[in-house]
Amino acid sequence: MVAILAWRNIWRNPRRTIVILLAVIIGVWSMIFLGALMRGMETEMVRNSISTLTGSIQIHHREYRNDPVVENCMDGIDKLNQALSTSLDPGILWAKRVRVNAIASNARHTGGVTLVGIEPEKEAKISFIGKAMISGRYLTTEDKNKIIVGRAFLKKFNTKINNKLILMSQDTQKEIASKAFRIVGVFSAESEAVEKQFIFIPLLQAAKMLKMGDSISEVSIMLSRLDITGKKETLAAKRLTAAIADDTYRVETWQQLLPMMKAYLEMSGFFLYIWYFVVFVAMGFGIVNTSLMAIFERMREFGLMKALGMRPFQIIKGVVTETFFLLVIGILAGNILGFLSVAAISKNGIDLSALAAGAQMWGIPRKLYPEIWAQDVAVAGLVVLALGLLVSLYPAFKAARFTPTQAMRKN
Amino acid sequence: MAIVETKNIKKTYRQGKVNVPALCGVDLIVDKGEFVALAGPSGSGKTTLLNIIGGLDLPDSGSVMVDNNKFADMNQADLASLRLHKIGFVFQAFNLIPVLSAIENVEYVMLLQGVPQTERHDRAKAILDDVGLEDKYDRRPAELSGGQQQRVAVARAIVSGPAIVLADEPTANLDSKTGEGLLLMMKKMNKEKKVTFIFSTHDNMVMEYAGRLVTIRDGRIVNDETK
Repeated sequence: MVAILAWRNIWRNPRRTIVILLAVIIGVWSMIFLGALMRGMETEMVRNSISTLTGSIQIHHREYRNDPVVENCMDGIDKLNQALSTSLDPGILWAKRVRVNAIASNARHTGGVTLVGIEPEKEAKISFIGKAMISGRYLTTEDKNKIIVGRAFLKKFNTKINNKLILMSQDTQKEIASKAFRIVGVFSAESEAVEKQFIFIPLLQAAKMLKMGDSISEVSIMLSRLDITGKKETLAAKRLTAAIADDTYRVETWQQLLPMMKAYLEMSGFFLYIWYFVVFVAMGFGIVNTSLMAIFERMREFGLMKALGMRPFQIIKGVVTETFFLLVIGILAGNILGFLSVAAISKNGIDLSALAAGAQMWGIPRKLYPEIWAQDVAVAGLVVLALGLLVSLYPAFKAARFTPTQAMRKN
Repeated sequence: MAIVETKNIKKTYRQGKVNVPALCGVDLIVDKGEFVALAGPSGSGKTTLLNIIGGLDLPDSGSVMVDNNKFADMNQADLASLRLHKIGFVFQAFNLIPVLSAIENVEYVMLLQGVPQTERHDRAKAILDDVGLEDKYDRRPAELSGGQQQRVAVARAIVSGPAIVLADEPTANLDSKTGEGLLLMMKKMNKEKKVTFIFSTHDNMVMEYAGRLVTIRDGRIVNDETK
């Protein structure tokens, strides 16, 4: 009967109940919806970063990351191939790369770039370049003296497809290696900086130009599914390290390769929970205010109940039960609204291209697809429920504090 | 056998900066099965005495004993328990919980007592039948007349077999015919179920029905006559 009494009590003043329900619904909705936007942005940022030549896991010579020169390349490719084949699950893709700093020049401009020698077919499956060509054509393994560049690079160097480009870099003999390439394709990327920085040639051509033989700079591995928490990557990296069993090589996950991204994700999660708290504080005042109004209106009734022998804790239980019903209805409706609004915009995403210049600086994608995380929904619900019940204790204690005669003299 | 015994009860209320004496040494003994009216003008101390006997208020001095329970030895929780199990209340107004139906209001006290659901439902039905509300089980207070509401309150007060029922001007908000009907019903309960009633009133008709009339004036008992 406590539940029946509480349920009927909250509908004694439907208008007031609906107002406070709206506050809870909007609060919960905003928690879920904004949480989904933030998570969607995080996922897209990680996905973009990973597909921009990072991959889920990379293998380098142990000194390469401190000093990414051609001397710090990896030998023993057969051994690496063996370890990759045996330790990784089927469906996981990888590609070898040569990656060195170089100078590109043409008749109009000279500038520093990152020269990436790729296995064209494999690379297309693990990084953005496979879907990034906007004009000309992609590379083939057999291509000689062919290069693809970014759209922004093309503009910066004031050049076009079929024009020549000279690349210069230091080879393994510490001599200057230089070679002319013809531009055969242009790619676009989420970030203009990527378009300017990276230029691609076939792996064999890069190795030949830099006199690397069979050596490579890195292996990039892409797991079949992105895990933003990085647990799968860590597990796979451990297996790989064990399989290679050679400390000349270093296996690192994207979280180790992108420490800024990792820090951002941690900070972002923290801000989300701060947002939850701010929303709750606003909602909490509404709950306390409404409960107090409802209680002062019914003070005589509480006096009657106490006169009949009701204990203070039973009055507290009754008031808290009323708040519980309000919160549960609000949380459920807020969740439904949150899921529906996320579903409505998930299909086409939110176009952020108007903010592209600013967004690129922070690695924010041009299109944002909201993403609901079960843990965020659970935390939002629990925060509202637990703190809501907690703040309702104040009016509940107030109702329970009066003696029957004091309470019955009210109103 | 005394079911209520008060000795030299004194109670003073403070109104602003003024002390207002409500009871000035009241001695009263009520035996089991009596039908007692506390009469007197407004402000004479009737309600204060009823509140003190019911454990809703505590005296400044003097002793109170209800069904062998000395209030001086009891804390608030004990008093709440005593009210729940030994005392039934009927107030002048706002007697019922508005969101509960007649039968639920009657069941409510038994719910607090921990009576099983089926038993409390059966007992509530039976007592509502006794007070003539057999066709009003599911009506909410707002759907009942004033007299019917007071009948539900009486039913709730006596349903769990209390030692005494305290009624504070139960007919004050009723017309004379309805008030008389309520009194007849209370008298019937007193006779048939041996329920002890103590009620306050300043209505002459009500006083006529009382088996014993205790008159209070200025916080003192000035007359106590058994008819």
